[in-house]
Amino acid sequence: MNRVMKVLFFGLIVKPVVLIVLGINLRNREKLPMSGPAIIVANHNSHLDTLVLMSLYPLSMIHKVRPVAAADYFLGGGGFLAWLSLACIGIIAMDRSGQSARGSLFEGCHQALDNDDILILFPEGSRGKPEEMSTLKKGVYFIIKDRPNTSVTPVMMHGLGRSLPKGEVLLVPFNCDVVVGDRVSVTDNSSSYVATISEQFEQLSEHCLTKNENAQ
Amino acid sequence: MLFNIPQNSFYTMAAVVGLLVLATVIRLFLKSKHPETDYTELRQRIQSWWIMIGLLFVVLTVSKTAAVVFFGFLSFLALKEFLSIVPTRLADRKVIFWAYLSIPVQYYWVSSSWYGMFIIFIPVYVFLFLPMRMVLTGDTKGFIRSAGIIHWATMLAVFSISHLAFLLMLPVQNEEAGFVGPVLFILFMTQFNDVCQYVWGKLLGKHKIIPKVSPNKTWEGFLGGLITITICAGLVAPLLTPLSNVQGLMAGALIGASGFIGDVVISSVKRDLDIKDSGNLIPGHGGILDRLDSLTYTAPLFFHFLYYMCY
Repeated sequence: MNRVMKVLFFGLIVKPVVLIVLGINLRNREKLPMSGPAIIVANHNSHLDTLVLMSLYPLSMIHKVRPVAAADYFLGGGGFLAWLSLACIGIIAMDRSGQSARGSLFEGCHQALDNDDILILFPEGSRGKPEEMSTLKKGVYFIIKDRPNTSVTPVMMHGLGRSLPKGEVLLVPFNCDVVVGDRVSVTDNSSSYVATISEQFEQLSEHCLTKNENAQ
Repeated sequence: MLFNIPQNSFYTMAAVVGLLVLATVIRLFLKSKHPETDYTELRQRIQSWWIMIGLLFVVLTVSKTAAVVFFGFLSFLALKEFLSIVPTRLADRKVIFWAYLSIPVQYYWVSSSWYGMFIIFIPVYVFLFLPMRMVLTGDTKGFIRSAGIIHWATMLAVFSISHLAFLLMLPVQNEEAGFVGPVLFILFMTQFNDVCQYVWGKLLGKHKIIPKVSPNKTWEGFLGGLITITICAGLVAPLLTPLSNVQGLMAGALIGASGFIGDVVISSVKRDLDIKDSGNLIPGHGGILDRLDSLTYTAPLFFHFLYYMCY
């Protein structure tokens, strides 16, 4: 049932909006993981990030793509947002309060990976200031540490922070850049792992057309 | 009259499809002769031409209104692409939203054939309104630059391109060509001019014309294209437009020269931003602005030439 909702939501609303209202400059599409278990780590500027990333996938496999999202923000209030997040987008809720034990914290993610899903993760943890990168959190390392068959692909996005920045409701059309990077292999500690991903983000941002140093 | 398209316009469209078939055949021939060479870009380029020309011919055949909406949509894509690559402030998003709203309004004036409003709406009303909206945002740091960028973008992408749509609304004087005649004329002369300048430049090019902006542009290419287009326009104008042969020669010279200028103006924008293409909407061509660059100059200039001569 949720799969039908998801296909309808993406086929009738998200894909047309992303294609016509936004427009994507996509680089290296061939590097995008097309089968699970896989994780996409992306930078986070806007609610649109998730929708744009998911819209890169064909409707036939959209149910396999699952964004990891903050439980407090998306489900805390219940109501429409919670319904949209669970039924139409199919998020994996993540507890940000710090009260869960590390083992149970990633349970949802591990289940999804066991199910050969493709996870979307935003290691910045929050959208932050538009078009600015914040420090990456290390969760992704603990998710894949014991799962060497899971591929991790960094994706750099730029421009969506202008279309729909945090705290705004008016969507203004802009093209956005989506640059897919090379798979990152596991290192022996979380700090060096996160550093490798940051480095990739920096390199990928060179390919962004909308990235302008003079902006702001 | 075939498909409701007057004879001369129909033959023009058929000739263009013929050219595309020829291009496709040549590409397939090249591929079979040199199987080791990578012709991906050429293939993408020709495929994209098929799609662009197919779309254009379909909307022109369907109805005048469909064609006006189509050009309005082109304006939207061009404005979006322009504003996505140039530096604007976050505070400008709401002003930019209003700039987008000028598109349906401008094309509404076009579809109602209200020439007076069409011609002043963006240069007067939008021009005065956008800075006022910026003042309401209250952020004065970078105000001047943003005001300039947003208005310039709106002029190029909306005002200039909407001239193509207004060509459709002009009363038909050449019955053999119909309302699509002048639009076909300017679109093909402009694109053909790009091709001719490229080909002449490849064949004879020696003396660089503006090395700082476009290192591949040469005097030989520019003049070769200009002369070719002038002659072609002189021959074709009486078939597709109300212009005479002599007026057609003048229109051709105008298109050849201004097409070049439109091209290098957008090139300068890209060079300033240090990017090669303005987007990747059209495989093999780049962004929509990479295709519309010359038209932002030729469309209004040809329109006003025609308007002065015949209306």
